[in-house]
Amino acid sequence: MLELSTIKIIRCIVCPTGCEIKAKKGANEKVTFEGYTCERGLEYAQQEFYEPKRILTTTMRIENGLLPLIPVRTDKAILKEKLKDVLVEIAKMKLKAPIKMGDILIENILGLGANIIASRDLIKLD
Amino acid sequence: MNKYKVDVVVIGSGAAGLASAVEAKKAELSVLIIERDHELGGITLQCIHNGFGLKEFEEELTGPEYIQRFINEVKELKIPYLLDTMVFEINKDKYLYAVNKQEGLIEVEAKAIILAMGCRERTRGAINIPGFRPSGIYTAGQAQRFVNIEGYLPGNTFVILGSGDIGMIMARRLTWEGCKVKAVVEILPYVSGLLRNQVQCLEDYEIPLITNYTVTKIHGRDRIKGVTISKVDRNFDRIVGSEKFIECDTLLLSVGLIPENELTLQAGVELSKNGGPVVDNNLETSVEGIFACGNVLQVHDLVDLVTAEAKRTGKVAAEYVKSRYDKEIKARETIKLVSGDNVNYVKPDLINKNDLSNDIIFTFRVSYPDRRVLIQFKDEENSIIYKRKKIYVIPSEMVELSINLEKQGIKPDCKTITVEVIPRPEVLIEED
Amino acid sequence: MIFDVIVIGGGVIGCCIARTLSKYDLNICLIEKEADIANGTTKGNSGVVHAGYGAPREHTRRQFCIKGNKLYTQAVEELNFPFQRIGSFVVAVEDNQIKFLEEERKRGIEDGIPGLELILDKERIKYMEPNLTNDVIGVLHAPTAGIVSPYEMTFALAENAVINGVKFFLNAKVKKITHQDYLFKLKTKAGEFQGRNVINAAGLYAAKISKMVGLDYFELMPRKGEYILFDRNAMHLNKVLFPIPTKVSKGILVCPTIHGNTFVGPNAQNITDKKDISTTEAGLKEIIEGGRQLVPNLPLRASIKNFAGLRAVPDTYDFVIDNTDVYGFINVAGILSPGLTSCYAIAERVEEYLELIGVELKTKDDYNPIRPKPERFKDFSKEQLDGKIKEDPAWARIICRCEMIPEKEIVDAIHNPVGAKTVDGIKFRCRPGMGRCGGGFCRPRVIEILSRELGITYQEVTKRGEDTYFLIGKTKDIQLRNIEEGVKE
Repeated sequence: MLELSTIKIIRCIVCPTGCEIKAKKGANEKVTFEGYTCERGLEYAQQEFYEPKRILTTTMRIENGLLPLIPVRTDKAILKEKLKDVLVEIAKMKLKAPIKMGDILIENILGLGANIIASRDLIKLD
Repeated sequence: MNKYKVDVVVIGSGAAGLASAVEAKKAELSVLIIERDHELGGITLQCIHNGFGLKEFEEELTGPEYIQRFINEVKELKIPYLLDTMVFEINKDKYLYAVNKQEGLIEVEAKAIILAMGCRERTRGAINIPGFRPSGIYTAGQAQRFVNIEGYLPGNTFVILGSGDIGMIMARRLTWEGCKVKAVVEILPYVSGLLRNQVQCLEDYEIPLITNYTVTKIHGRDRIKGVTISKVDRNFDRIVGSEKFIECDTLLLSVGLIPENELTLQAGVELSKNGGPVVDNNLETSVEGIFACGNVLQVHDLVDLVTAEAKRTGKVAAEYVKSRYDKEIKARETIKLVSGDNVNYVKPDLINKNDLSNDIIFTFRVSYPDRRVLIQFKDEENSIIYKRKKIYVIPSEMVELSINLEKQGIKPDCKTITVEVIPRPEVLIEED
Repeated sequence: MIFDVIVIGGGVIGCCIARTLSKYDLNICLIEKEADIANGTTKGNSGVVHAGYGAPREHTRRQFCIKGNKLYTQAVEELNFPFQRIGSFVVAVEDNQIKFLEEERKRGIEDGIPGLELILDKERIKYMEPNLTNDVIGVLHAPTAGIVSPYEMTFALAENAVINGVKFFLNAKVKKITHQDYLFKLKTKAGEFQGRNVINAAGLYAAKISKMVGLDYFELMPRKGEYILFDRNAMHLNKVLFPIPTKVSKGILVCPTIHGNTFVGPNAQNITDKKDISTTEAGLKEIIEGGRQLVPNLPLRASIKNFAGLRAVPDTYDFVIDNTDVYGFINVAGILSPGLTSCYAIAERVEEYLELIGVELKTKDDYNPIRPKPERFKDFSKEQLDGKIKEDPAWARIICRCEMIPEKEIVDAIHNPVGAKTVDGIKFRCRPGMGRCGGGFCRPRVIEILSRELGITYQEVTKRGEDTYFLIGKTKDIQLRNIEEGVKE
């Protein structure tokens, strides 16, 4: 039997039980997962291992709005390693009020396939 | 003086205020919402992270998205609201006094009042950290407001005391805004907030989580220059010799929330030990016709649960206006709820005996984490009325149960119910 | 411009002297090293107006205190600061302490302290102060003792002084004093000041100032006192409660404040660093234990802040109030307890000294001793409030919910004759941030108002001047800078 070595420990956050799932690699380079107690846990571990993604929630500058910032988010999870680049891109932007919740503020940001959308309405400051 | 006369007045327009107002309006009552800030939405507006709405809408939303849906509903239902308006007095006849710049002094005569003012954060004073009194010490929520709403950063390098959810979420938020979070320090042996936040807010950014430690000294006469943290023993006493200095220009405190009770007290409402008002199973306080919901009643872990509680409150307040208001009602017989082993508090505090045939929602928090536990409701003679198993309990999670006590065979002369969370007997046997 | 009198130090003593002298036809200025007045010993003070039995007979401070206490009655009428004669108890819990109290009473009565009474009826004692320990066997009741807000009184004194022509200069730390031909030249951080007479009321730094004119005859030692303040609803005390005094101090008291809070403290710790106003774990423990001797159920869960103040303790243990050998230079130094009580009597002594050295004290025709009571939202009836809001809508924007402070009171505090320039300046003048939330709710709004009224940016708003800034800049600007240049540490 082939010796398996643990290459990553993933703490499952699907539910508060918090299973520790181990990603193990054998001699054939095939990765297997151990320690999950449900299917959702396995899916989570696989996603975290191969392509960890996060929803990004931040703010964007707004001119002439009731507030100087509008909260925004990515409309789908994006690669974790790209978060920083996306944050810089958003920080450079400055838009004008009024804005409606769900408005696409940046389309397909950095070609990642996700849009930056507004998290709320923001009226113009009169 | 401007005068309003309404069926229901709601104080506060956060998640609790808006949902209760919508329900009362749907019951075809006249409703007025009073908000102290310059827009509807409350604190949820500054919680720009996601994780809201999974129970209420079965989708994952940010705080502003979650609350926008209720704001839109309030506007669609044309529920009137007053902004920038502060209530400063509630009297026994349910006259309420408030002020704002447009209308000046305002008097509201209401048949029912819903308290939905939310909660406030514990401060440095409340935990008595010794040291200097420099600038640069903020509660996590205050920093959140500066960063997310006002658009200002309070500092460059941070230590966060307390691993509650707001603290951890702010750790990530500040990291994303280009700041350096040196550590999150937690006095307990475990994280106070949700595991998900520990992983996605701290571990993702390699922010050290230091458990069993607390801040024991604040350095810097003018601006804070750093903190001394010390390991604590089981009694939370500092272990001499364990001190470590961490340099920082800002300290955030995420050391707990307390129901806002200034107005509650002022209205002559009795408080319970969690800081919120004593309520019965209809969320009615000790003053007839004054109801409470959301974090003003008890600090919730999820906004979705606030919404559910607020909807119930809107309904019972409407019910009160329609069937009980201004009527001679016989003194109601009640059963008192008592916190037993590992139960920090339980809501409601009282149950009306004539509601025993209804499903009653009980909420409580435990004092410490435990696994494989038994939740038990006992009467004063130690007869078990209700029990259920639970895999784990943690103080950061509110436990919610819906129980029909009559179906559970409660004795008709029961006077008190003790709620306790105890290790399961079979677990004890296993360990033997 | 040559001033007739320069007062150094904007604490309660300096301000009281400046205000007392402001009735005369003199050119007076007061210079203060900090960004605000009442920023030193005055701020970290118990706020107790003592009856006067406490100090030993051989000390001048005993007579200053007894006289000073009486002078409060007129001062309150004129200056409208918060003050109440609630009376004090010195609490005996052991038989042998009764004798001491009886002696204190006798000496006090002989020295003219009104109403001193030894109460041995436990029931009556507990009726008068239900929170007192059950161990009490007798108390010395001094009905003329009172509580005051020391900083609000100081602001009142300063405002009235300014109305009567005194000029105040802040951020004006004295670096050097020269004197020649009956003229003093003070080099300060805010420029040079020239005056014929100088009154040294520089608190902890008074010995240093005295040495600048060659008068090296006393030393001042900082003695720290730590306090814990409790929430308003936590406990209601009727009396100022003292234990039997020790050699070094009056002991740790439990005391109501004029705003309805309760505090415990101070301890008495000799230190060397005159800037060390930090609290310590040991100190806080000490005061809690001390306080529990008087009130066993201290509401520790309702603590809203801890802080420390420094007393300027002279090596003689008595006030150093001297018409010195340097003609025109008056020392008012070493004002330890009961300095706050004594301030009006001390100011009278300074008047006498000035007269003695030939300064002409001619009362001005237009002297106005009245400083009107600041208008407070809390004090208005609903009808009055309605009218006030019609006059100025800023009455209707509540900034501090714990203390119910509207924007109007804050704006007034800023544009006052001795206006607030900092967040603490506002806090001590009209109380936003003094409540249980510690400023959590109101601070962003106070920063906004200060920024607007003073025409400064948010980043320029400070807690109490110098390096006590709150905010480092706007979010995205900092984010982009930090990403480019790395986080500044």
